[in-house]
Amino acid sequence: MNRGLQWLTAGLAGLLLGLGLILSGMANPAKVVGFLDVAGPWDPSLGLVMGGGLVVGSVGFALLKKRQVTLLGEPLNLPVSRKIDIRLILGSVLFGIGWGITGICPGPGLVLLGAGIPEGVIYVVSLLAGMALYSVIEKCRHRC
Amino acid sequence: MTIDWQAFTLYAAITALLGGFMIGLAAVWLAWANGRIAGISGILGHLIELMVQQKREAFGWRIAFLLGLLAAPLLWMLFSALPASVQQTGSIGLVLGGLLVGLGTRYANGCTSGHGICGLSRFSLRSLMAVGSFMTAAIVTVYVLRHLLGVSA
Repeated sequence: MNRGLQWLTAGLAGLLLGLGLILSGMANPAKVVGFLDVAGPWDPSLGLVMGGGLVVGSVGFALLKKRQVTLLGEPLNLPVSRKIDIRLILGSVLFGIGWGITGICPGPGLVLLGAGIPEGVIYVVSLLAGMALYSVIEKCRHRC
Repeated sequence: MTIDWQAFTLYAAITALLGGFMIGLAAVWLAWANGRIAGISGILGHLIELMVQQKREAFGWRIAFLLGLLAAPLLWMLFSALPASVQQTGSIGLVLGGLLVGLGTRYANGCTSGHGICGLSRFSLRSLMAVGSFMTAAIVTVYVLRHLLGVSA
């Protein structure tokens, strides 16, 4: 039930997110690295992207806290994990190194792919390979 | 620290803020309508795992979300030229960086969208630790590449 509607609302969310990433400058690696390069001439723009996202996000998520079901009547499926462990920290560090090298995080990578930019294609293929590598490593760890 | 006023113009500041609002709105919308976290790496990673396990029933909304993201630049181009996207590294850097981002975000269970926007908006300490770790690592990486090794775009 409601499956078509779920796809529609999810598709709209992806579209809005993608347009936001383009407008904000997140899909421009030079802009991202300009923010990360605190020792060079610094571009604070991305702080405003984060700030804008958090203002809307914190108000929105606070309002959602009181709800048990979604707009479409399904149970809310939000993460509850509070675990802070080595996987979280080391994984984030690996992500940060990759983000620093490319200036591209996963969302903008998909936007660049959608725009048909060759670098976006190489990045997303490698991103998927990295995710597959995770699955392989974890499968081996459970077996051995 | 010096501000790069050539990059940080009033126009850049306004579009950054407006874009941020849209990103936040998209995250709240997906949580409200679908009850899901708009985390790109999580959605992509789970999609791969569901494909391997052949659990087709949970495919739909994830694929729709990703298609929306891929379609955004095409919709944009109907009305205006895409803003410049200046790459910072060559093929080897893109492959290495992409692999690290894929591997790392699966271990950390989230990236800039899931931990950065959704997690911090929900005041999650776990997400705060993740964001602190990846921001620090990214800043150090850029410092090493640009200022110690002298690699520039």
